[in-house]
Amino acid sequence: MTALTAVGTLGGLTLVLASMLVLANRKLHVAEDPRIDAVEDMLPHTNCGACGFPGCRPFAEALVLGDTQPGKCSVSSEDGRARIASYLGVDVGAFDQRVARLACAGGSNVTRDHARYDGLESCAAAALVAGGGKGCFWGCLGFADCYEACDFDAIRMNRHDLPVVDEEKCTACGDCVDACPKDLFSLQLANRRLWVACKSLEAGDGVLEDCEVACTACGRCAMDAPDLIRMENNLPVIDYSRAHDSRHPVQRCPTGAIVWLDAERGSIKGQAAKKIIRQGTRPGAPT
Amino acid sequence: MRLLGLKTFRHGVHPPELKDETSGLAIRQFPFAPVLVVPLVQHLGKPSLPEVREGQEVTRGQRIARPDGFLSVSMHAPASAVVRRIGLAPSIGGRMVPSVYLEPFPGSTQEVMEGKPCQLETATKDEIIAAVQDAGVVGLGGAAFPTHVKLAIPEGKTVDTLIINGVECEPCLTTDHRVMLEQSDDLFRGMRYLLEVVGAERAILGVEANKRDAFEHLRDNLPADLPATVELLQVKYPQGAEKMLITALLGREVPSGGLPLDVHALCVNVATTAEIGRLLPHGRGIQERVITITGPAVKRKGNYRIPIGTPLRFLLEAVGVDDAVDRVFVGGPMMGASASSLDIPITKGASGVVAFTDVESERTHRQVYPCIRCGYCVDACPIVLDPSRLGLLALSGEHRRMADEHNLMDCFECGSCSFVCPSHIPLVQHFRVAKAAVRKARAAQ
Repeated sequence: MTALTAVGTLGGLTLVLASMLVLANRKLHVAEDPRIDAVEDMLPHTNCGACGFPGCRPFAEALVLGDTQPGKCSVSSEDGRARIASYLGVDVGAFDQRVARLACAGGSNVTRDHARYDGLESCAAAALVAGGGKGCFWGCLGFADCYEACDFDAIRMNRHDLPVVDEEKCTACGDCVDACPKDLFSLQLANRRLWVACKSLEAGDGVLEDCEVACTACGRCAMDAPDLIRMENNLPVIDYSRAHDSRHPVQRCPTGAIVWLDAERGSIKGQAAKKIIRQGTRPGAPT
Repeated sequence: MRLLGLKTFRHGVHPPELKDETSGLAIRQFPFAPVLVVPLVQHLGKPSLPEVREGQEVTRGQRIARPDGFLSVSMHAPASAVVRRIGLAPSIGGRMVPSVYLEPFPGSTQEVMEGKPCQLETATKDEIIAAVQDAGVVGLGGAAFPTHVKLAIPEGKTVDTLIINGVECEPCLTTDHRVMLEQSDDLFRGMRYLLEVVGAERAILGVEANKRDAFEHLRDNLPADLPATVELLQVKYPQGAEKMLITALLGREVPSGGLPLDVHALCVNVATTAEIGRLLPHGRGIQERVITITGPAVKRKGNYRIPIGTPLRFLLEAVGVDDAVDRVFVGGPMMGASASSLDIPITKGASGVVAFTDVESERTHRQVYPCIRCGYCVDACPIVLDPSRLGLLALSGEHRRMADEHNLMDCFECGSCSFVCPSHIPLVQHFRVAKAAVRKARAAQ
């Protein structure tokens, strides 16, 4: 008898609550455009944020509303973007392939440390302790915070503790830009091959004490391409709104701070740049 | 709160004091370095604007940079010199900061150029605040917050007690101790200026019990017409933190995220007060400060009056260091910063230089183990945070939660938790990373 009461009570309760849920489902139903789900399925589900939206779903919602264009998704393939555009019957929109670029070339084989850093193994932590031990204040600390931050496996650390970006895999999500405490990463249009790989604001040959590939602000590149390059705060600034498809400005750089980024061969220094043969770690500064 | 009849605060730690070697040594004048590097940012706030050109000759005490707005102070030439260049120089925080490079004349003397005096009897409140800013006075205890900003009490706030901080709870440092013994007249004059500006009824001078001679000297020489008392405090770290000192002396707790003003108190360091009393009557600016140079690697330890801008390299060479010198702290060993370069100049905020040999570095480098939840850090934290919980959250990168749920931003990085941690977890470093990340995220919003 007791068992029957229990089953009956719970069964009745179940029925009542279930019917309430059914009613609520009917009454409070929010009509959602089925296209949002369809578009979301076509997106890469990486939630990387490169499009400027918090994730793939909000981006899909904005696409359906017509607030943005499929071209803003840098992770999808060209076909993927075209498929979304044809499904929604809209224009693909301008697509600018961007990649993360590192404005430093100071690996451990060319830079000097002023001090030995001893603490948490992260760039963010080292940067807070007297800027890390590196002689160049602006340079890459090499603890791979960017490598940890990259969800696309597009950054690897080379043997000199310098991050290298795989342009094929990079989706320009900007996580490495946020992770770097020295602000060395920036998202650049992939067709910008002329690149200044240094952020040192110091001028003169003295900077070479700390880094052999630093910009000494000699101004030769700006002299060779006066329309394209101007010197600002002891660094060359490239005006990418002008034609920048020539390797000419790189050639006379004495240190190789301004480079040509070849799609296959990586960064190429000019002919005048001092050759770096050392593969091991550069000895520290005399104290 | 009282313990053994002496006032103090709850929690805290007892690091070795290591003050005996220098506390008995009188302050000595330091020579000029061949090149003095005067950073234009020695304070919290906007960089000062240089008023000199390259190649210009300046006199010791002459103003070389003027304040840029209210949250900024003047800079003065530490020696009669030629301005070699104005460029970047490394700072203790690791940033490259714009600095004035001065090359003192070979015959540069200790004579100081004086400016417009600010007399206690005639000056108004605003005139004193302006004079403090023009003298370039910042908190000499280490924080280097511009003192005049502190003194400009906002509308609607009142101060009933002025606290003069003579605690000097950092191990190794004895500068405030010596200043209290040797510059008591300047100190009392400075207190009169401060009382005049903030309108407090009384002043309390807090001194830790390990400086009993300074306590007795101040108590016996206190002028009868100065509404002040001298209090002896129990020896404990970090008693010199202003919130701890207010709790110890007044029994008032500064609210989370608040300022001492919220409990009607104002806290000024003794060295800062003494400098105000020394400089203002002559219209001079800070161009030197008292620093304790000590540590196992230093040969001639002592308390020195050092020109601002003296590079660490010259300073250590002048006092003589062991060949095995390995680690140099600017400030005390608990809250000081370890220097990444010996080209870093002494600034107004530096209260000491402590040098260790590689033997001590070797001994203090320890393997980090996981948190065993022993709770030592919880007992040590003077502001009753939960460093253990915060440390675990830091490991999983939950910075926002640390700030929102566990009051991370109240942490003032005294280092007590790291000091007692048996697993040697660098808790303060974790917190500094987290605080920087939270500040960055908040700024981006």
